[in-house]
Amino acid sequence: MLCTEVMRQLSEYLDGELDAALVQELERHLSDCQDCRVVVDTTRKTIEIYCNTEPAPLPPEIRTRLHEALARRLAKGR
Amino acid sequence: MPVHAENEATLVAEAREGKAEAFTELVNRYERNIYRLALNLTGNREDAEDVLQEAFLKAYSHLDQFQGNSRFYTWLVRIAVNEGLMKLRKRRSDKSTSLDELVETEDDAVPREVVAWEDTPEQRYAKTELQSILSGAVESLEPTFRTVFVLRDIEHLSTQETAELLSLSIPAVKSRLLRARLKLRQRLNKYFTRG
Repeated sequence: MLCTEVMRQLSEYLDGELDAALVQELERHLSDCQDCRVVVDTTRKTIEIYCNTEPAPLPPEIRTRLHEALARRLAKGR
Repeated sequence: MPVHAENEATLVAEAREGKAEAFTELVNRYERNIYRLALNLTGNREDAEDVLQEAFLKAYSHLDQFQGNSRFYTWLVRIAVNEGLMKLRKRRSDKSTSLDELVETEDDAVPREVVAWEDTPEQRYAKTELQSILSGAVESLEPTFRTVFVLRDIEHLSTQETAELLSLSIPAVKSRLLRARLKLRQRLNKYFTRG
């Protein structure tokens, strides 16, 4: 497998959606290619960091306006 | 009357019966997530606030249409995504890239900088600083890539759901997700590189 092919399959590999035979081929390439290993590792970390980070707090003034708008709507009933 | 029910389905049922406290509890539970989604999609605080309000107001008005086949939160995300996409489409005539425009260049798929990161590079930063780095990187993506990344990797929608919401083919979602991930990796390099 060439580096360009590894890049093409990268997302599906990281999402665990790649065919087992291709996984084997890709991992064989990774064991010999430092650059591809780094790209795979840093892309995996990119996904994990976004996945594990809590959302920033809602700014209080935005929350106040949201609840004011809701109170007006809720007062009308369903 | 105070709302004691913790269960989402119970809260939804009570809100449908007109119990305002139940709906307010649902809002309290999800407002942060919906704001994050709106901000990530639109990349703009003003638009994000509009999307946040519209999403909850529409959810309340259309509660009868919620079938209960999915989680309420998933249904709410769909409403918010549609609102966010409408905002982006309104900006289509601006300098922003059209949502439907294909940006398919081979260059995108070729990593330019290959440097290793620390094992847990995010721990180098305080929580708020990290949140700011991550949201800045997402906002810097073109809408074409940003929307797919936000739906797949932040909101955890499936490829199929993302394709339906964005009216894209599955291969197009996969291709954009790959490019978005590689672009983000590239943009985060300067923060997370080892050494």
